[in-house]
Amino acid sequence: MADPTMPSTQPEPTRSKKTSRYRVIGEGSSLAINAVSIAALLLLWWIATHAGCIKPLFLPKPEAIWIAFKQAVNGDLDNHTLLVHFLWSMYRVFAAFALAVVIGIPIGIAMGVSRIARGIFDPPIEFYRPLPPLAYLPLMIIWFGIGESSKIILLFLAIFAPVALAARAGVRSVSQEQIQAALSMGANRWQVVKNVILPGALPEILVGLRIGMGVGWTTLVAAEMVAADAGLGKMVFNASNFLRTDVVILGILAIGVVAYLFEILMRWIERRAVPWKGKA
Amino acid sequence: MFDLFVISKRLHPLKNDRVASAPNAATKAPLDLTVDDVSVRYGTRDGYVDALAHVNLTMKPGDFVVAIGASGCGKTTLLSVLAGFLPATEGQVLLGGNPIDGPGADRGVVFQKHALMPWLDVIDNVAFGLKLRGQTKSERHAIAREKLALVGLQGFENKMIYELSGGMQQRVGIARALACDPSVLLMDEPLGALDALTRETVQELILDVWHRTGKTIFFITHSVEEALFLATRLVVMTPRPGKIEKTYDLEFGRRFIGSRNAREVKSHPDFIKMREVVLADVQRREAGETLVQAP
Repeated sequence: MADPTMPSTQPEPTRSKKTSRYRVIGEGSSLAINAVSIAALLLLWWIATHAGCIKPLFLPKPEAIWIAFKQAVNGDLDNHTLLVHFLWSMYRVFAAFALAVVIGIPIGIAMGVSRIARGIFDPPIEFYRPLPPLAYLPLMIIWFGIGESSKIILLFLAIFAPVALAARAGVRSVSQEQIQAALSMGANRWQVVKNVILPGALPEILVGLRIGMGVGWTTLVAAEMVAADAGLGKMVFNASNFLRTDVVILGILAIGVVAYLFEILMRWIERRAVPWKGKA
Repeated sequence: MFDLFVISKRLHPLKNDRVASAPNAATKAPLDLTVDDVSVRYGTRDGYVDALAHVNLTMKPGDFVVAIGASGCGKTTLLSVLAGFLPATEGQVLLGGNPIDGPGADRGVVFQKHALMPWLDVIDNVAFGLKLRGQTKSERHAIAREKLALVGLQGFENKMIYELSGGMQQRVGIARALACDPSVLLMDEPLGALDALTRETVQELILDVWHRTGKTIFFITHSVEEALFLATRLVVMTPRPGKIEKTYDLEFGRRFIGSRNAREVKSHPDFIKMREVVLADVQRREAGETLVQAP
C-alpha cells in the first residue's frame, strides 16, 4: 500500500478499514445480513404461495398485498385512504408517547430518588403493568367514553410503565461517587437530581422509551378496536371481520415498518445523545 | 425526603443522617481542619464494628497529611467523615472552628475512580462546581482553563472524559476539585488505579499543585513509597478498631520541590531508612492482625 519511494511516511489510515482493533464479540455491521434475511423471508413467502401449498385465505400472495395496498391508498377499501388511517394511528400513538415521556420520566426519577415516591407509585405500576390491555380496555371505555381520550389513555398506560421503570433503574445506575462528587462541590439535592442523576439515567431512559414505544405499537389494535373511525388498527380489525387476509397483512406490514423506522430513529438519537454509554 | 445516600444510611443506622449543607461560597482564608475525638460505628448483622475509635488529628493550612494502613483500618471512613458523606457516631470535625455538617464546597474530594461526568467534556467537568454556584459560562471557563493548566491539561478542554487515559482523568478530577477553591483537598487513593510510571508523574504533579496552591491535603494510599514522598505528616492507621497508631513528620516532598529530582529523593538513604521503618510498622500490624484472627 505504502509508496516504496517514500518509506518513512505512514500509510494514511482509512475510515473504512479498522486494522488496529481487536475483534469484539458481536461487533460490526449486520446490514448486509439484514437484507439477506428479509429477502429470504420474502422469497419463502413467494414460493410457498405460488406453489399453491397455502390457500390465499391463510396467506395471500405478495402481489395480492400490493393490490390491497393500491386499493387502500385510493380509499377503495373503506371510507378512508391509507394515509388517513396512518395519520390517525400516528396521532394516537405519538400523543400517548409524549404523555408517557412528560409524566413517566419524572415519576420514574422520583421513584429512584425518593422513598416516598417509590412507596406511592410502585404498587399501582407493578400491578397494572402485566395486565393485558384488552382486559382493562372495557374500563377505559366506561370511564373515558368511546372518544379519543380512552384510546390515548390505553396507549399511554401501555407506554408509561416501561418508561417509568427504566427511569427508576437509570437513577440506580448513577454511581455513588458521582453523587458524592457533586455534593462535595456544594450541590443541593435538586442540583444533584438535575445535573447528575438525570443525565446519568439518560441511557436507560432512552432504552425505556424504545421498549415503551414497542409496547405502544402492540397495543394499537386493541386501542382502535372500539368505535374508532379510522386508524391502522381499526383497518386490521375490520379486515379480519371480512376475512380480508391481504388487508390484515397490509396493516401488519404498515405498523411493523413504522415501528421499525421509529426504532432506527431512537437508536440514532441514542448514539448522538449518550455517546459515552458503555465507555465510562 | 430524598434518599440518595442509601449506602451511607445502610452502613450507618445508629445515627440519623444529616441534611447536606447548602452550597456556601468558597472560603479563601486558610482554615484548620480538626478531627475531634471522632468515632464511627457501623451496624452489622451481628452487632457493630468500630470503623474508627477516638481519632484525633489537626491539619494546619499547607499540611500534606497522608494516611496509610492495612485494609479495614478506617482510612476511607475517616475521609468520608471529613468530606461529610458519613456522620461521626461520636465526636466532630471542625473546619476553621466550625463543626462540619454534611458535604460542602469548602472540602474538595478526588475519588479513586475519577467519578467525572461522562456527558460533559473536560472543561465543563472542571467547571461543574462553579456552574452549581451560578457563575456565568465565561467566568467558570476562565477558572477551569486556569486549573487545567495547573494540572498540565491545556488543549484538552473539549475532549470527552472517555477519550482520556486514566492518569489524565485523575488530573481532571484534581482540577475539578481545585476549581471550587476548597480549604482542604481530600484524596481517596487517587492514584490506586494507575500504572507505576503514570503514578510517579502524577505524584510529582500533585506535589507541584500542593506547593503552588498551598492547599491542605488529606491523602489516602496503600503505597509506603508514595506516602513518604508526598507527606509532610504521615499517619499510620491500624484496624479493629480503626485508629491512628503512629505519626511521622516528613519533608521528602519539600525536598522534591527544592531539587525537582524525584529519583534522588527516593534513593536517598534517609528515604530508604524511613521506608523500612514505616514498612515494618505496616507489616507488623498486618502480621499481628492475622495472629489475632487465627482461632
